[in-house]
Amino acid sequence: MLREINQMNATADDTTVVPLRSDHDVVSLRIMVRECLESFGFGLIEQTKMITATSELARNTVRYGGGGESEVAVVSEDGRRGLRVSFVDHGPGIANVGLALTDGYSTGNGLGLGLSGAKRLADEFDLKTELGQGTTVVITKWKPF
Amino acid sequence: MRSSLLSRVPILRMGSLLLVTIQVDMHDRLAMTLQDDLTERIVKDRANGVLIDISALDIVDSFIGRMISNTASMARILDARTVVVGMQPAVAITLVELGLTLEGVSTALNVDQGIKLLQCPGKDRDKAKHLSV
Repeated sequence: MLREINQMNATADDTTVVPLRSDHDVVSLRIMVRECLESFGFGLIEQTKMITATSELARNTVRYGGGGESEVAVVSEDGRRGLRVSFVDHGPGIANVGLALTDGYSTGNGLGLGLSGAKRLADEFDLKTELGQGTTVVITKWKPF
Repeated sequence: MRSSLLSRVPILRMGSLLLVTIQVDMHDRLAMTLQDDLTERIVKDRANGVLIDISALDIVDSFIGRMISNTASMARILDARTVVVGMQPAVAITLVELGLTLEGVSTALNVDQGIKLLQCPGKDRDKAKHLSV
């Protein structure tokens, strides 16, 4: 029965798109992601990790990407379910991804832990960027079996 | 929600200590305002200790972490010590994985212990800890 439901949901169902333009939007997104994770039955530690990663990446979108949007989606794959959060901006892009993912490297005045930290906190991390076009980061947290 | 954008985090004075209880969802501007307000109050109230209660915070990300570290550094230069109290276990686990060590920031499990820590001068603190074990 469960398998059937999961196969039905093989692609993302339940997708919500929210704007990311201000500090306030970052807080709203954090609250929304927490509610999703809670309703999914994620443990407190997994919730905290995913929300912290969300906060870091949402801040990057607002601060470095010149604003953009976030997509929150419930995803299923191989009988497991998870929450996927995407961060999309049309800003300047990242010139050196390797460097940007290095602990302590920052072009702003931050600690340089945002990207690398978010990567560690999520189960899956995907970054696509093109100079002058923008950056998309996608993170996923899977519910343990 | 929107009101939190305009609000400030209240700073209470208890003798020579300042107590800050963060009870709203911290956004970046609020964190910066708190940092400025605190350093101002340390001087104005001649405080020698700052207690920051974060038990109501469900996350501490790199920005809030940096605000806490910076506040502790500034307070130290102004001759005040900072103790962060009430961090939730899940927040501590996440902070370490994030790579944030909050260097130079003292911590205690709750406000009571934080006050004790601030009332013990520097070197005796470790002694007091050993004795209590």
